[in-house]
Amino acid sequence: MLLEVDDLCVNYGRIEAIRNISFTINEGEIVTLIGANGAGKTTTMKTVSGLRPVRQGAIRFEGQDITAMPAHERPVLGIAQSPEGRGCFVGMTVQENLDMGAYARPDRKSPKIGQDRDRVFGLFPRLAERRTQVAGTMSGGEQQMLAMGRALMANPKLLLLDEPSMGLAPKLIQQIFDIITEINKQGTTVLLVEQNAAQALKRADRAYILETGEIIREGTGKDLASDPAVKAAYLGGDV
Amino acid sequence: MNAVRNFLHGVGDRFRALPRWAKIVLAIAAAVFVYLLPIINPPLITTTDSDFGAVLFLCALYALVAIGLNIVIGYAGLLDLGYIGFFAIGAFTVGILGSAHGNIPLLLCIPIAMAVTLFSGIVLGAPTLRVRGDYLAIVTLGFGEIVRLVLVNADGLTGGSRGISNIPTPPSLDLFGVPHLVWDGFVAKVDLSNQTRFIQFSVTDSIPYYWLALTLVFIVLFLDWRMQNSRVGRAWEATREDEDAAELMGVPTFRFKLLAFATGAAIGGLSGALFATKQQFINPDNFTILYSVLFVAMVVVGGQGNRWGVILAAALLTWAPEKFRFLSDARFLLFGLVLMALAIFRPQGLLPPRRSVRAKRADEETEVLEEGAAHV
Repeated sequence: MLLEVDDLCVNYGRIEAIRNISFTINEGEIVTLIGANGAGKTTTMKTVSGLRPVRQGAIRFEGQDITAMPAHERPVLGIAQSPEGRGCFVGMTVQENLDMGAYARPDRKSPKIGQDRDRVFGLFPRLAERRTQVAGTMSGGEQQMLAMGRALMANPKLLLLDEPSMGLAPKLIQQIFDIITEINKQGTTVLLVEQNAAQALKRADRAYILETGEIIREGTGKDLASDPAVKAAYLGGDV
Repeated sequence: MNAVRNFLHGVGDRFRALPRWAKIVLAIAAAVFVYLLPIINPPLITTTDSDFGAVLFLCALYALVAIGLNIVIGYAGLLDLGYIGFFAIGAFTVGILGSAHGNIPLLLCIPIAMAVTLFSGIVLGAPTLRVRGDYLAIVTLGFGEIVRLVLVNADGLTGGSRGISNIPTPPSLDLFGVPHLVWDGFVAKVDLSNQTRFIQFSVTDSIPYYWLALTLVFIVLFLDWRMQNSRVGRAWEATREDEDAAELMGVPTFRFKLLAFATGAAIGGLSGALFATKQQFINPDNFTILYSVLFVAMVVVGGQGNRWGVILAAALLTWAPEKFRFLSDARFLLFGLVLMALAIFRPQGLLPPRRSVRAKRADEETEVLEEGAAHV
């Protein structure tokens, strides 16, 4: 088991954003958390990456308790996140953004970095074309690719993707999900948070459905996608 | 305005394109010229209504302040409105140890003053840098005032509102005299009757202090450049742009913010120490909140994050009111108008860092393209 979230509660002040959720991610999987706006998806993601403090419960990564570990120490263990809203460093070039992704790596001076950069450029040829362009001047789709590429530069065991399809054109969404599948095939475990439930369930090995801070359903992506209740609530019934 | 910026950036570009030896020769020539400014007294630039050496000293002193505050505001993105507090702590550390309560030589007082301000920077930063945004501005604003009020009220230690006098000067080493130039129109003459002793620190001649201040500017500039072009500089930049994202990249953002804050504080302390030894007399009135505002104005007018920009602005904002002294109080009105005009027409400052220029230009291009597409 790569990641284990056990009975997790997270508050914003007195508001309980997440209540007693538990889920696991095995090595090599794509696991998705789906749910409506405000269900607690992004909060869950931020808690796994360490940006939100935990009120109760535990998070274990490869068996190690990381519940209280500060966010900046987690990339070294192999957790990297592409945050919601992309969070590119808009004043830096594409290349500088990618280099920031490798900031915490102990082997940042080895030729391995160059190989990893080539891998990112292989997945996102668009980024290679825009290598010297300032990130803030790129389109939303390109910035999304950059945020994902930057997270990959940490060479993570677990890649956290928060709403990678948000605000993108349908054709681009398809492309982004294809790339996520490809990244997973290359050996990276993926936790995917999505509002685009149809695509997410199609790509995921397993899925959890969040509603008002609690996990209400779980199962394989396939099973949930064909479940009538899920269809009605999240898929618009026509998938 | 754009012409000025393009000219200055053009100068920078051309300089960068030169071969290495030419760069070194030019840089040395420029440095020598800057050192000799108060000796040459160039017409138009020299101030006729106040001692040019003293004005240049202030320019160099505030350039030092601006470099320090630029690390805090420009690199790390922390709005510090109480920088005068560190300046005051530096000045009073020298006053207390060197005159009021001790007899420690100045050259020892200065590193102590820097250590004390560094420490006070950490003490102030450690609790406040954990919160984000405007809180820091409010806390630092309060800090600047608290320092001043403590100086006024801690009579026994600081002399209260009477202040401290007889602050030690740097050690002098009188080697030779340097005659000044005087200008008759644009014809220069050597004035042997007016000489600056190299290098004797005294109340009567500000020029040796200017040389000292300038030397410190160069040293601090070098360290500033080394820091900005390292992993530290990149961590600052990432933290300034998006703190959460930086944290996700493995940047311990709190530690880097504290580093910037404390480094800035230490440079503020160094500037204060320099101010104290030049004035030889300080009292709390030298350290009002207005100076904090002036320091922030220097960084913003110069272009946050560009060391050359903030130095230029510090020098301009110090020199101009002295140059136009004949306008008496009207110059403050003009000063305010110029600042307002700058805020409206050049919000990014006289010389914004290369990166934001690049980003802005590309932004404009995208906008034009998008507008063009919308019209089709």
